Amino acid sequence: MSLDKQQMAALIARDIPRGAYVNLGIGQPTLVADHLPADSGVVLHTENGMLNMGPAATGELIDPDLMNAGKIPVTELPGSSYFHHADSFAMMRGGHLDVCVLGAFQVSAAGDLANWHTGEPDAIPAVGGAMDLAIGAKSVFVMMTLFAKDGSAKLVEKCSYPLTGVGCVDRVYTDHATFLITPDGVVVRETFGISFEELAGRVPVKLIAPAR
Amino acid sequence: MSATICDSAAEAVAGIEDGSTVLIGGFGMAGMPVELVDALIGQGAKDLTVVSNNAGNGDTGLAALLAKGRVRKMVCSFPRQSDSWVFDGLYRAGKIELDLVPQGNLAERMRAAGAGIGAFYCPTGVGTPLAEGKEVREIDGRTYVLEYPIRGDVALIGAHVSDRMGNLVYRKTARNFGPVMATAAELVIAQVSEVVEAGRLDPEAIVTPSIYVDRVVAG
Repeated sequence: MSLDKQQMAALIARDIPRGAYVNLGIGQPTLVADHLPADSGVVLHTENGMLNMGPAATGELIDPDLMNAGKIPVTELPGSSYFHHADSFAMMRGGHLDVCVLGAFQVSAAGDLANWHTGEPDAIPAVGGAMDLAIGAKSVFVMMTLFAKDGSAKLVEKCSYPLTGVGCVDRVYTDHATFLITPDGVVVRETFGISFEELAGRVPVKLIAPAR
Repeated sequence: MSATICDSAAEAVAGIEDGSTVLIGGFGMAGMPVELVDALIGQGAKDLTVVSNNAGNGDTGLAALLAKGRVRKMVCSFPRQSDSWVFDGLYRAGKIELDLVPQGNLAERMRAAGAGIGAFYCPTGVGTPLAEGKEVREIDGRTYVLEYPIRGDVALIGAHVSDRMGNLVYRKTARNFGPVMATAAELVIAQVSEVVEAGRLDPEAIVTPSIYVDRVVAG
């Protein structure tokens, strides 16, 4: 069976080292937070100026001054800190974040990331912190479905969408397989409900089989 | 000179000229100085360039300023949101310019302006459409893009408490762009929820020292 988004989030959560400083991108990557064990010691960073962000706020805990990057009300955890935007992005750019998890439209075999703009002429472009995160975190994980709605693979030889960052992706977690972007090529770490051979036939990138 | 404590938001925004570059704090509505923006609408300055992370939410604050046709150009990182219909309409009608800047570059370019830095080499955006036409340089094996400061004529920021000198503290993630914008504009105007006597704020906790702040109004 292929993985659903919660299973993908759980898989990513298991791969995040204990005690890591982590930024989870807007959208599906935020699900990863729900799968981190309570004793993981992982500290979540939000680009709008907070470390050790807690879960989403509900009811009386909702505070309009306490939001995450997706502008969802969140909470503090013991040991939280606040800082301004230039510091927040210095944390990214300066290589202080251990891991970020981002969504993507496409990832190339060389680890190029496209996740901010479809390139359609009437689309209003918006980039936010995606470019800063992509080049800044020590490890960049992508979480996406492997195939677009039209059936085409989103892991490609060369991105056709405008790039967010060049050669920045380390791993790609998808519903059908987990890929490692390495200097030797794209290594399939594991597959879900699909054989390596079938995967290799549907993804237009040279794939290296998982180590036995 | 210490900050002037104003009696009203209208007094606080007096004198902002047509054609000004206005830095407006806030990330979404957190830290957005809504009363100052409303006062700016009343004050009437037009042909503005606005620098802010987003391009307005709903129909109030920055969105209302845009709706009045006062803004010629938006410099921001994330204009498109679920409730950015005012900006979306103006952009699609060709009635507003957009200068899209990665969020960290937006912050760092204002920091550079405030810190007297002439330009800086930044790795963000290398090889992407947002770096096209910009000078690049390889330093120690990594490629960087030359980025220039963004300076404001005016900054409108939201803070939590000011003392009578203009020392500011913020609240939670409403801090966001406020401290950076406070350094980067000629005239810095802060909207706060409370003004207290000098000495009431813990000097160790002050985030924006009074040297950066020109006018304060309690909202």
